[in-house]
Amino acid sequence: MLSRTADHLYWMARLTERAENLARLLDVTHQMSLVPQSVAAENQNWGAILALNSLEEAFAKAYDEVNAENVLRFMVADAANPSSIYSCLRGARENAHAVRGTLTAETWESCNATWIELREQKFEQILSAGIGEFFDWVKLRSAVTRGVTFGTMLQDEALHFIRLGGLLERGDNTARILDVKYHVLGTTGEEGTTDFYQWGALLRSLSAFEVYRKVYRDVITPARVAELLMLRADMPRSLHACADGIVRALEHISNDHSAETDRRAGMLHAQLHYARIDDVLAHGLHEYLTDFMESIYALGEGISRDFLLPDA
Amino acid sequence: MDIKFYNEMYDAAGSLRPHYRAYADWLAATPPERIARKRAEADIAFHRVGITFAVYGEEAGKERLIPFDIIPRIIPSAEWLALQAGLRQRVKALNAFLHDIYHDQEILRAGHIPREQVLNNAQFRPEMMGVDVPAGIYAHIAGVDIVRAGEGESYVLEDNLRVPSGVSYMIEDRKMMMRLFPELFSRHKIAPVQHYPDLLLENLRTVAPQGVVDPTVVLLTPGAYNSAYFEHTFLAQQMGVELVEGRDLFVRDETVFMRTTQGPQRIDVIYRRLDDDFLDPLAFRKDSMLGVPGLLAAYRAGNVTLANAIGTGVADDKSIYPYVPEMVRFYLGEEPLLNNVPTYMLRKPGDLKYALEHLPELVVKEVHGAGGYGMLVGPASTKREIEDFRARIVAAPEKYIAQPTLALSNCPTFVESGVAPRHLDLRPFVLSGKGIDMVPGGLTRVALRAGSLVVNSSQGGGTKDTWVLEH
Repeated sequence: MLSRTADHLYWMARLTERAENLARLLDVTHQMSLVPQSVAAENQNWGAILALNSLEEAFAKAYDEVNAENVLRFMVADAANPSSIYSCLRGARENAHAVRGTLTAETWESCNATWIELREQKFEQILSAGIGEFFDWVKLRSAVTRGVTFGTMLQDEALHFIRLGGLLERGDNTARILDVKYHVLGTTGEEGTTDFYQWGALLRSLSAFEVYRKVYRDVITPARVAELLMLRADMPRSLHACADGIVRALEHISNDHSAETDRRAGMLHAQLHYARIDDVLAHGLHEYLTDFMESIYALGEGISRDFLLPDA
Repeated sequence: MDIKFYNEMYDAAGSLRPHYRAYADWLAATPPERIARKRAEADIAFHRVGITFAVYGEEAGKERLIPFDIIPRIIPSAEWLALQAGLRQRVKALNAFLHDIYHDQEILRAGHIPREQVLNNAQFRPEMMGVDVPAGIYAHIAGVDIVRAGEGESYVLEDNLRVPSGVSYMIEDRKMMMRLFPELFSRHKIAPVQHYPDLLLENLRTVAPQGVVDPTVVLLTPGAYNSAYFEHTFLAQQMGVELVEGRDLFVRDETVFMRTTQGPQRIDVIYRRLDDDFLDPLAFRKDSMLGVPGLLAAYRAGNVTLANAIGTGVADDKSIYPYVPEMVRFYLGEEPLLNNVPTYMLRKPGDLKYALEHLPELVVKEVHGAGGYGMLVGPASTKREIEDFRARIVAAPEKYIAQPTLALSNCPTFVESGVAPRHLDLRPFVLSGKGIDMVPGGLTRVALRAGSLVVNSSQGGGTKDTWVLEH
């Protein structure tokens, strides 16, 4: 298939997934903020989202204070912020538009409908209707698009590039959410019910609360949360599951010069496959997640070079 | 009922024409609420599917719907067969003319067309001299605009031989009618049109460079901001070929390749929807970011087929148009079956004098214009507009032609105030490869403003489904 077509498909999937995960991250932050805490602590949590996306500077140019409403406006509806949900969904739609002939009618129409519905919502309306409802809508639209994509598209190269883009983004985003929240929760030193709600919110934001109960049948502990979201191969948003899918998708599309990218993906997968959570925590969770995100970044670069933007 | 104009549905006495009877019965029996609901449904569906076109001169990337009217334009079988024979003849002659002009120029030597009219024409491409194209076909796709002025009185307005568009609306209009009113299709025997993309692909494959057994065909688009981008994606998808932009292609050893995820892949036939000027920055416009450097060299070497060929504009130019009947006689030895509109060439002093004296009753067009931009419709213009245009003509008469204002036929159409007659034309799409093919009918465009004679979508025109009735 055309390299440019693959590029559009890959980014359509990445940006759709990014919007969904951003909704998840903002949702968990919002939910955690509902538990009694100091204003300073709460604003610090909102600030962490900006830091996570390296957006402090861009934010400071347009807003004077880091607080819930400003960060939400910036990350949800600000067209000038290329990382906002608004911009991601616009980008996803633009990429889909460029290759609508490659997509099934259902996939294109779902992507287009998401954008049309989003465009008609004012931020004030979103706030007054309850921001949680909006996040649910973003997650639902992402699920619908993913559903019609995998339910209607021919299982050829096009679908493998869509899968690849989605998984790369999801792995990276799960790592980010875990990194920022684990850090915040690990340092509060609070015990008991507050902790339970905070961890519960994190799990819920990744659709993992019931999964946790089912897998561990026990109280929530940070180590198990980390294990579930990183190392369980059967947890669809875990780093391990994403690496699994990336390796499989690459097998379908490999070409003459993609051997190095295949090797790196395989290595990343093996590390997650054979890791033990005790070792990861002993090594330092933050360091481990940082390494993972760097590997994902390098994989993305390799995929671009080998398939999406070739020289000749 | 306006009796001055030919009405497609009613005769001069106000009685229904026989081929509209079944439709009119259905319309009378269908509750207005259902019609209104279906019209709204059509609007929503067109928006959701994104069947839009971009409008030049408005905010970049802005997309608009082309209004769709649910009253079809119906053509009886016999009438279509006559039209089809005329179209075949005309397109055949135009292709013969293009081959001749870029080879021996016999028609010039025989003195049928003034030499300078062809050789000094901006659309004449000296780069094409002596180049042999597969099957001698230059205009693989022609969109011939036809209007009716009276009973049995059809005229060709324009032969569009460069990158004619609109065929996707023809197909989408049919799909929409079948979806909204399936019962109409069991009451009538309507010739199908949805196989057009198959026909097109088949034609493109037959004109591949010699020796290529299983040709790779692509559709070359200027990109997502082109007004016809929807159509480009539609046709590429329907034909199952790659939709490429210039940056997806490159030329090595006079051979064209596309960049794919599995490495370079050779291209044999390019259905290009990009004007000559932008095709190759090495040969034509240097600033073109849309083309492929080296494409002309690969084309001249015979390693790739372009459809349509480079340089077809010299045959559909308005200054050459008056000579098309002569081409039919010269190349085919036949009398033309389709009429030309009498045309005054304002570069001729006698024609200029006549035109300046009769501006309020004439249509004046720019020789190189297209799309309904930059024209004067005398009877519909104010004194001021006519005087402004007169000044432009006097300043450069060679840039204009004039024609009598035709009494374009009209057809009942849904408008804000209800159903009213609106003027229309017809653009059949004629495909040339080893033979000449077309699907019955074409795209019917309708001027939605009362009295307007300009049907172009850029000027607020709409479309109708076109039915050719089978016996």
